[in-house]
Amino acid sequence: MAEHAEHITCQEVVELVTDYLEGGLPAAEVSLFEQHILFCEGCRTYLEQMRLTVSTVGRLDTGDVPDQLRDRLLSAFRDWKRP
Amino acid sequence: MPTPDSDHVMLAPDDEALLLDRLRAGDEDAFEALVARHSSAMLAAARMYVKTDAAAEDVVQDAWLGVLKGLARFEARSSLKTWIIRIVVNIARTRGAREARSVPFSSLATGADEAAVAPDRFRPPGGAFPGHWNSYPRDWRSLPEDSLVQLETTRAVLREIGRLPGAQQAVIRLRDVEGWTAAEVCAALDLTDGNQRVLLHRARSRVRGALERHFDG
Repeated sequence: MAEHAEHITCQEVVELVTDYLEGGLPAAEVSLFEQHILFCEGCRTYLEQMRLTVSTVGRLDTGDVPDQLRDRLLSAFRDWKRP
Repeated sequence: MPTPDSDHVMLAPDDEALLLDRLRAGDEDAFEALVARHSSAMLAAARMYVKTDAAAEDVVQDAWLGVLKGLARFEARSSLKTWIIRIVVNIARTRGAREARSVPFSSLATGADEAAVAPDRFRPPGGAFPGHWNSYPRDWRSLPEDSLVQLETTRAVLREIGRLPGAQQAVIRLRDVEGWTAAEVCAALDLTDGNQRVLLHRARSRVRGALERHFDG
């Protein structure tokens, strides 16, 4: 990518999305990335899909501890307490 | 806002020092509160090294015993959750090495060589606009409003996360489900910044792909 640094392709954009969102792209690549996004509707949509993916995963209920595990832990705790 | 009879149920994270004191005194409610608070991150971290949820639960049980044993030595100036996850990782790593002799370290592969989006979604080299979309991905904001929170959507996401290689699963669960920072995940799982990001990228890309298949059919 660095050799012809005037533009990047959509196929490159989708591999840089996480680095971009994580603030891990060097400044020069950030500007290439943002320039591409500005002019490419498909990649704008893709970036939005990734943001929605992250927020959807973030809403997952981490759930209660599986009952069986919780019971095992409590009995282990009672054994530990009783020296 | 603890009240006399609910303070063991409603505790803010910064009450952890208090919980630990009560745990040291043998208080079972404090133990349960800590188990409820930390076990899902522990299960996530264990999956980095062991292949099944059942094996991860065994690791978490051993890790809690390690926590109880190490309680006297734990110094509150390090983060409790990081300390707990380090214990999980040490146990899971030993067990994983034993368990995985036939397919060593497969779950630790970063998947860096896998494409985030199938190559046939892009125009081939040699033609016009190589590497550009054949057809644009769908705008999910045009889906019915509750599409992303529907039970079926949630199930598709959980199913895909469950299929990820262990290290990707551990990273996406800690980062995006548990809300840990990149630095916390690197420290707890012994990852470099770069590897953490590659694992997160692969995991998020695959979950995005699963959502796309779910919505586009």
